[in-house]
Amino acid sequence: MLGLTKKDFSLFILVVALTLLAPIILNPFPVNSSLGQTFNAGYPALLQRFAIFGILVVGFNILFGLTGYLSFGHAAFLGVGSYAAVWMFKLLSFNIIPAIVLSVVVAGLFSVVIGYVSLRRSGIYFSILTLAFAQMSYALAYSVLTPLTNGETGLQVYPSDPQVLASVGAPSAPHIFGLPMAQSATWSGGGWVFTFEVGYYLCALMLILAFYLSIRIFRSPFGMMLRAIKSNQTRMNYTGLNAKPYMLRAFIISGMYAGLAGGLLAAMDPLTGAERMYWTASGEIVVMAILGGVGTLIGPVVGSGVIKYLENIVSKINDNVLHSALRALPDGLENFLVNIIHPFVGEGWHLTLGLLFMVVVIFLPGGLVQGGQKLGAMFNRQSGNTTAAERDAARQTPSKPAE
Amino acid sequence: MGILEVKGINKRFGGLQALGDVNLSIVENTVHAIIGPNGAGKSTLLNVLVGKLIPDSGSVMFDNQSVLGRKPFEIAQMGISRVFQTPEIFADLSVMENVLIPCFAKRDGSFRMHAIEPVRHEREIARQAEAMLDEVNMLSKADVIASSLSRGDKRRLEMAMCLVQEPRLMLLDEPTAGMARADTENTIALLKDIRTKRGITMVIIEHDMQVVFSLADRITVMAQGTPLVEGSPDQIKVDPKVREAYLGETQV
Repeated sequence: MLGLTKKDFSLFILVVALTLLAPIILNPFPVNSSLGQTFNAGYPALLQRFAIFGILVVGFNILFGLTGYLSFGHAAFLGVGSYAAVWMFKLLSFNIIPAIVLSVVVAGLFSVVIGYVSLRRSGIYFSILTLAFAQMSYALAYSVLTPLTNGETGLQVYPSDPQVLASVGAPSAPHIFGLPMAQSATWSGGGWVFTFEVGYYLCALMLILAFYLSIRIFRSPFGMMLRAIKSNQTRMNYTGLNAKPYMLRAFIISGMYAGLAGGLLAAMDPLTGAERMYWTASGEIVVMAILGGVGTLIGPVVGSGVIKYLENIVSKINDNVLHSALRALPDGLENFLVNIIHPFVGEGWHLTLGLLFMVVVIFLPGGLVQGGQKLGAMFNRQSGNTTAAERDAARQTPSKPAE
Repeated sequence: MGILEVKGINKRFGGLQALGDVNLSIVENTVHAIIGPNGAGKSTLLNVLVGKLIPDSGSVMFDNQSVLGRKPFEIAQMGISRVFQTPEIFADLSVMENVLIPCFAKRDGSFRMHAIEPVRHEREIARQAEAMLDEVNMLSKADVIASSLSRGDKRRLEMAMCLVQEPRLMLLDEPTAGMARADTENTIALLKDIRTKRGITMVIIEHDMQVVFSLADRITVMAQGTPLVEGSPDQIKVDPKVREAYLGETQV
């Protein structure tokens, strides 16, 4: 269906269902309970990030997952996309359509240039070249390009901006044909409150489209050629195939995905700064991809989701939350456990992430998705049906540990 | 006029004259073996033929077109295939995909952007690939990941990947190196089969005399970067210069 195999189609439907129902699924606790205040992740600002970073990493995976070329400067495209979108808000209007279109186009043009130069080298040199470009963009945005980027203040929309297409009475915040991004409907019952926001559903729709396109690319001859490049460039050459244009197309597509993500970030909150292009932001994309499962279809969505969850939820857990969660235990034991858990939560969430990352890289080089597949294969073996899942697990495991 | 004409090739690496005035004419529909002791320049010559090395002087004409200065993928598109000493296959891909890729390269040229239609919709390409796998008796392994094949199967897969492109010239770099006796016999049988069924011109670089004498129509013996003698296997067997340069150590 939709040009997908049965298996891919069910994966796609799973992602569609999860994204559309995320505001409910991620709010499992009543809003006023202490668990709800800490662990409920179904609020619009975070949901948007799940979707936007999902798009970003799905695109990154088309490059890194299929070709094995590790770009360490992908945040540059995200940043460029955001700047382009905010400029559209300043010059035209708060309608997000031109903003998002331009962010994708500008990021695409940027990736043509950066890709053309960086792809002259492979391996670590390619990574360093992309890193250099991204850091250069970051430094330029802070210095020479201040007229374009508004330097340290960050680019934002002022009342004095032209906004030549803005119609009278249109919302003074990002909207889609008059429907503001921040508008939302709530549905409450029995202590639970669910918020359905226009902005989130726009991001969700984009994620669904981006994910669908990535499945089609993975299963196309183009996707197969990209995997062939990763597997053996020598054979590729002697088969009469020119790896360069394939690589460049993959780089540009993945840059445009990042541009779309950048445009959406700006559409959710119409201001942006150079820190979006900083190298740690690029590093985060790499970590998300590897954590979820490089080269798998759903890995990027899983990886970005897990990291955004840790960053926003685990970082909120403080000692008070721990004490109230462990209240039932005797005082001594309670204090002991709180002291043990303390370094891993709150500001220490990076420690949790670091440990999780190490465990995944060492034991599950195919990422969390491989972990899921292993579990699935275990259950399947009991029911005597191993072949399909196992073959797939074997195929999706990178031959070399991802570095 | 041969299908491949090599004239006056010279190649120096610093002080070492790797190839000195190499002239070679490969006749269509023959198997031409190039033999010689280590360091005779056989591999260097092969690298010149596939565009990996650019010689200092001389010309290489394939079917009256110069191959010099062309990239390996362009030379492959001209109809020259290469089989490596260690089989070069797409180890992470399935056996089927390994054969599909050269089918696409043959139909679509060195680059074509077809990123939306799934591979499985390409029925004609799939049919070609299946027929090829059937011919080398590997159809039952179509879904196997290529890295898990045995050495002999990897070699057969690599041959299949070359053959499915219907090349006019195949260059084989020690196709039986490091193989067990049985695998060597199989490879010889496979090559003979290709030869009689398809009439593809082959240039073989080989150490194994059994392979050379059971396959070749013509043999060129190289020593110190230059062709020493060229002749039929029977002539080469009895040539005193060859015995001196190369075969002296071996009983033939």
